[in-house]
Order: sequence, then C-alpha cells, then structure tokens
Amino acid sequence: MPRPLAAAIREVSFYSAVLFFVVIAAFPFYWMVITAFKTNSDLYTLTNIPFWFNEAPTLAHIKYLFTQTLFARWLLNSLIIGVCVVAITLVTALPAGYSLARMTGRSGETLGIGIFMTYLVPPTLLFLPLSRVISMLGLQDSMWSLVLVYPTFTIPFCTWLLMGFFKAVPREIEEAAVVDGCSILGAFIKMVLPVSVPAILTVVIFTFTLTLQEFVYALTFISSSAQKTITLGVATDLVRGDIYFWGELMAGALIAAIPVAIAYNLFLDRFIAGITGGAVK
Amino acid sequence: MVAIADKAAKPGSRLQFILDSPAVLGTIFVSPAVLYVLVLVGAPFLLAMYYSVSAYTIYSQSYRFVGLRNFIDVVQDPVFRQTLLNTFIFTFGSQIVGLILGKFGALLLLRPFPGRKVVRALIMLPWAVPVALATVAWEWMFDSLYSVINWTLIALGIITRSDAPNWLGNPHLAMLCVIMVNAWRFFPFAIVIFLAGITSVPQDVIDAATVDGAGFWRRNYQIIVPMIAPIVVVGLIFGIVFTFTDLSIVYLLTNGGPVGATSVLGFEGFQVGIVSGDVAHGAAISLFMLPVLFVLVLVMLRSIRRQEI
Amino acid sequence: MSAVLTKDIVKTFADVNAVDGISLAVPDGEFMVLLGPSGCGKTTFLRIICGLERQTTGDILIGGTVVNDIPPRARGVAMMFQSYGLYPHYKIRDNIAFPLRTQRVARAEIENKVEWASNLLGIGHLLDRRPRQLSGGERQRVALARALVREPTVLLLDEPLSNLDAKLRASARNEIKQFQQRVGTTTIYVTHDQVEAMGMGDRIAVIDHGRVRQVGTPTAIYDDPADRFVATFVGTPPMNLVAWNGGHLGFRPENFLPRELIDDSAVTEFSFRVDRSEYLGSERIVYGVLEGLESVQEITAKLPPAHVDQESIRPGEWHAFAVRNSALCYFDKDGKRAIRH
Repeated sequence: MPRPLAAAIREVSFYSAVLFFVVIAAFPFYWMVITAFKTNSDLYTLTNIPFWFNEAPTLAHIKYLFTQTLFARWLLNSLIIGVCVVAITLVTALPAGYSLARMTGRSGETLGIGIFMTYLVPPTLLFLPLSRVISMLGLQDSMWSLVLVYPTFTIPFCTWLLMGFFKAVPREIEEAAVVDGCSILGAFIKMVLPVSVPAILTVVIFTFTLTLQEFVYALTFISSSAQKTITLGVATDLVRGDIYFWGELMAGALIAAIPVAIAYNLFLDRFIAGITGGAVK
Repeated sequence: MVAIADKAAKPGSRLQFILDSPAVLGTIFVSPAVLYVLVLVGAPFLLAMYYSVSAYTIYSQSYRFVGLRNFIDVVQDPVFRQTLLNTFIFTFGSQIVGLILGKFGALLLLRPFPGRKVVRALIMLPWAVPVALATVAWEWMFDSLYSVINWTLIALGIITRSDAPNWLGNPHLAMLCVIMVNAWRFFPFAIVIFLAGITSVPQDVIDAATVDGAGFWRRNYQIIVPMIAPIVVVGLIFGIVFTFTDLSIVYLLTNGGPVGATSVLGFEGFQVGIVSGDVAHGAAISLFMLPVLFVLVLVMLRSIRRQEI
Repeated sequence: MSAVLTKDIVKTFADVNAVDGISLAVPDGEFMVLLGPSGCGKTTFLRIICGLERQTTGDILIGGTVVNDIPPRARGVAMMFQSYGLYPHYKIRDNIAFPLRTQRVARAEIENKVEWASNLLGIGHLLDRRPRQLSGGERQRVALARALVREPTVLLLDEPLSNLDAKLRASARNEIKQFQQRVGTTTIYVTHDQVEAMGMGDRIAVIDHGRVRQVGTPTAIYDDPADRFVATFVGTPPMNLVAWNGGHLGFRPENFLPRELIDDSAVTEFSFRVDRSEYLGSERIVYGVLEGLESVQEITAKLPPAHVDQESIRPGEWHAFAVRNSALCYFDKDGKRAIRH
C-alpha cells in the first residue's frame, strides 16, 4: 500500500474513533437540549425525524418549569445547601488538610488516609442510621438535614485534596513567617491561605458540584416537594402518575446540568492533580 | 537588640506559647474534621451494625437483640439472592465496559489534535453532570414508545416497529441498560485516571525503553502499565465502590424491575429499610456490602503505600 | 557574653542522632560558619537555634536567656533560607516590613526602617515589585534586608548562596561579609562550601556526623587541623595522608615540593613517582605515589609553575621531594591529632 494512502486511512480511522467517543458521551445531552426546546406535538409524533426540529423551537417547557412547578424553589434550595456545605467544609477541611500536610508527622499521613477512606463508606450503608439521627434532631423532611449530612463526604474528600495542595506550598514561606514573628496560626492565615487561593477555589467548586450531584441522601431524607434539591426535584417530582413531561424534564435537567458541567471541565486538571497528589509526596 | 528576647522570655508561662507547638495546634486543626466524621460517619456506621442484629422498625422502635436472625431471613429470601447476584453483574459488567472505553479514549486523547480541549470537555460530560439528571435523559431515550434508539434502528432497517425492543421492560435488556448507563457515566473518569497515569510516566523512561529496543507493545505492557498501575488501581476502586453501592441509576431507570431483575444491594436496602420501614432487615442487607468494601479498601491502602515509594 | 550558647544539643530522628551533642559559644558580633558535608546535621542544628525544630535534649541560650520553650517568633532571631522564603503574594516593601509589623512597630518607624534596609542593600528601586519579578541576586538581597530590618540578636543563614550561579556567588559572598562587618550583627552561617567558610568566617566550626570536630579561625582550621576529618575535608586537593607508625602523617599538597625548592635542612624527604600532572595556570597539580609508604589516597603535590617547568617533572620517573618538618601533622590511630613533633 502506498504510504500517503496508509497515512490517510490512519487519520480517518483516528478521527472516526474520536467522533465515536464524542457521540457516545455527548448524545444524551444533545438529546436533552433538543427535547427541551421542541413542541409537544413535535416530540410525540413518531413519523417525525427526532434528531432536529420539525416545528419551530419553543420556550414553553422552560416557562412552564418556572411558572407551574417548584423548579425555582429547588434551584434556591440547592444554592442555599451548596453555600452552607461549602462554608462548613472550608472551616473544617482547610485546617485539617494543613495539619495533615505539615504538623502531625508520620501519623498525620495515616490519619489522612483514614479520613479519606471514610469517603468510601457509601450513603447506602449510612442512610438508615442517619435517617434515625435526623428524625431525632427534628430535621426530617427538611433541606437542613442535607446541610448536616453532605459534609460527611465533602470534608473527607476536600481534606484529602487540600492536603495534597498544601504539601506543594513551599515550607520556607511559613518558616520565614514564623521566624519573622508570626505564630503558626498567623503564618497559616497570612501566608498559606493567600498563596493557596487557586486550591481553595477548586475545593469550593468541587464541594458545590458534589452537593448538586448527590441523590441518595436527598431521596432518603426529603419527601415534600418544597424542600427538594434541584437534582431530586427534577428526577422525581416532574412525573405525574405514569406520564412524563419529557420537555419539562429535559429542560430542568439541562438547566441544572450546565453549570456543573462547565465547572467540572474548568477545574478538572487541578482536581486530578489533587487526587493523585495527595498520595505522592 | 537583645531586648526582644528578654521581653518574650520573662513571663515564663508555657501556656503563652501553647499554640506555637505544632503538635498542639495540629491536633486542634484536625479535630473538627475528625469529630464531624466520627459523629456522622463512625457512629452511624456502628448504629447500622447494631440495627442489623436488632428488631428495629420505624413502627416498633425496639433495640431488642435478635442475633443473626435478620441475616438468616435475608439470605433465605430468593429476592435477596437475586439482588446479590445482580449487584455483582452490574458492578463488573459496567466496570469492564467502562475501563475498555476509558483505555481507548485515553489513547485517543493522548495525541494532540486540533480541538482536543473541546473533545475532552464533551467526553467529560457524562461524569460531570449529576447522575440522576443524566439517567432521566437515558430513560427518555429508552422510552417504550418514543425511544430514539429504536427510531434509529427502524430507520436503518435493522428492526421493524412491531419487534422493537422494550428496553426497560425486558429483564435481560433492563440489566443491559443499567450496565450501559453506568459504564457510560464511569468511562470519562477512567479516561482521566489513565491519562493522569500515562502522563506521570517520565518521558525519559519511555525514551530509554525505546533506545533499549522495546517495541510498542513491550513498552506499553512492561513499562507503562506497571508504572501507572497504582494510580489506575485507586481509580478503579473508586469506580467499583461507587457502582457497587449505588442505587440512583437503578432507582430512576428501572426501579429495580422488571420483577426484581435489576435490583441491587443499595436499592434493596432502600426499599426494605426506608420505604417499608423495616430498618433492621434493611441494615442487614446493606451490610452485605461490607466484605467487598473491606477487601477493596485493603487493596487501595496497599496501592497508596506503593505509590509513595 | 555569648550571643548564642548551646549546651550539649542532641536531636534524634527515628533513632538516629542527627545532632549528637553540640556545645558551641558564639560571642557577640562574631561571624561563625558551620561547615560540614551534606547530611552532617549542620542545618538541623541551625533550625534548632532558630526554634523551627525542638532539640531532644540540651539547652539553648540566646542573649543569656534559655529559649528552649520559646517559639521562633519570640527568640529575636532572623533567618535567611536557602531559597529565601520570600512571601510571593507580598510586594518587596511588604516583605521587608513584615517582621516589623508582627512586632507592632509604629507605621512611621516601619517606613524609616524599610528605607534604611533597602538603601543599605541597594534595592530601593525594587520595593514595588513582587518576588517572582526579581533575579536570584536581587531576591537574595531582599531576603537579607528582611532578615536585618528588625535588628535581630542573631542572624542565621542556611546556605544562602547555593541558588546563585558561580559568578554571582563570589560577589554575594563579599557583600554579605562586608555587610555583617558594618552592622555587627552576630551571624551563624551554614555551608558545605569551604571557600565560603574560609573567606567569610571569623571562626569556623567543622561538623561531621552531628558532632563538632573543631572550632577555630580559618587559619587554625587549615594549618592546624584537630583530626583527620578536618584535615581532609578542608583544602583542595585535600591533605595527603600516609601510614606512619600505626597512625597517619599528613602534609598539605602545597608544602610537598621538590627537595631543591626547599631552602631548609629540617625536612622529611620522600621518593615520589609522578603518574600524571594537571596544569591549571596558576599552579600545577601532580599526582603520584611515595616509595615504600601506603597512603589513603593518591598523593598530590601543588607546585608553582613559575619554579617548576614541565620538563623536570616527567611521569613515570622517581623524584626527590620533601616537606618541612614544621608543616607535618601526625594523627594517631583514632584519627586524633597528636602533639606536634
């Protein structure tokens, strides 16, 4: 076979493989988008080609979401839960990650792995006892129960991430500050935190997206519509009997998914550095 | 000049400098996180263990000890045995498919080409987007009447409208569907893990192997795979743990059906413990995850240790 | 009074004594150099003085006060780190002002002192930049300014020149030394580079395996080494050692000369077979062996090229060489220096 032809075949097969992956990964989202803006008659006519608009696109589904459902309320709930969980996580994981990276020596390494391991304890093992704890606290069927419970996985995860990030901060900066008259606490606040702003931002974004992605605890603890998170609300509350409002469902899923997808992609590299960097010194 | 040292030394009180001890401050720093985890993970974990040997239901909140009664009940239930088998099929099926897709995807993304960033962003979508929302989209794609997959197959002439499969209504197809959706969700993560591993192999090691006469396959399987193994193992264990214990895909896509064909441990624990309120039996079902988790955690710990060397 | 006094400092890391009983007195205003190979414990010892590490046993006195339980911030010491430890998010001005701010010095006085320190080091024009915009030499000056601005009891320097290239290093060495003489701050300087130690130190403490082998002026260390370690660690090429009466006889390469070049009768003569020689411009280094004597390393002689031409020292031939008796050092079988003659 002549060389240019072989090269051409190789190129074509390479880009076909790339295309295959992109279609597999992204088609459901294309499907979300197109469903969200199609009129019902377009959606439910079998003779129509489903891959594009056979009738003019419509905003009716989105309008319906915001006027006829609790969608806006769920958005607000998720925002409040996310902000509170981020705050709790930062207040606990920042000092813990720093302490494990710097101050507790060899035993800190072990403790760090121990905390990280609790991230692997699944919600489906803990939801039974936690639901009892929550009803004892009088938080059943309240979004505040999620504010209480979500840090159980965001703290271990973020402590691990931050431990990796803090290990990469040059020690001399803190030592110089300590010799220059700071307490260790002062060096942490004045030196370590300011130079770690990108890492902290990463942790904020990931904590927030973890709370948005969570489904099991929300499903277990929340049953009244007004307390639901965006993920739970869209997945369980837009169904009437056996009839699905696919246009509204896809519109809701799309609106909730877009910010998470963007945030993930922007911070992916730092995130990977974090999980792999925690273990490597 | 000397005055600074004198001034500081005079009070003689050790308490004044208590927070300057790294050990003391380190303990104070780490304790809120540890306490949070102990109170809301450790204690509930023990509570779950105790529920499984008690007669506790939400209607009769009795902590009476019943020994292994609940476990025996559970094991004797054919529905549970089906569930256990399903869980393994679901986990390993979706992990294998996800890993194969992940390995090939990583090889593709390793090569620079125009638009690689955009392609990577698109490929990351399944992992980034909340799984519950993506599952709802799949449910719509598997719809018994309006399935876009069936529409395509019919349009291509592969099947006819009359024998179009009811994806979520047939027990075997339903299992295939939950496996595929989970593999679809997992493979971008596998890509990321493989990429992180491959890029962590120093180029001079690969160059040295090439100079020493190692071909593509030898380079791949005798140099690269052993070097990235620790990172890949950690990633794989994440995948297995989250798949093995998940309930959201099954809950939303098939609700365990048809007739228990796709029921998995997490789902069954939810049905019995939360929906039916039989906390004791629910806890017993959930605890069947423990041996598997335990083994995985051990493998993970060994892997992390190896990574440190 | 000693600015710094340490009494039998021991630091144990996992059963290994990194510092193994160092007692050292550094008088006010002295420039003391801690010299030793890497891993000898000198940096650990410096960090203990500073308070960044806690000694396992022993006492430290700074300005006459025991500071064992006092954290670094209250010890009144300043430290300059190997890679300087400049605060990357602060401007140079704020970097230098930082030690004063933590002491709650009045704002006007901070400004005066920052100006004083930056003028002294010639970095006044850099005050509004950030550390990453500076060259290595400039960073080093900033670090020095920051260390000196609050007029510390003791200035500690941990290999401050190791991140500079060879050219800058020579001028920076000179600068630090001159500067210290002008300000008069007691200084402890850690290095593994004997040229830095010899050129800068009022006194040198040679450290090996966590112990002080010898403390003395550069002249004493060089001419009068206390043991075999000091003798061979200081000097390039190192002192020649030959087996002698169960111990070792040592002599410096520059004292090992052709017999005819020594105008003295109190000499010890050797028969020296030259193997090869290197011409380095200002000197000629000749390598070889001595007849009938075992030596630890190859024997070297450092010859003045002006007096010895190439033709007279031919490889493979035996030559009559000698050392003045006054330049011989005898070490007993434990490596300790025996009394001369």
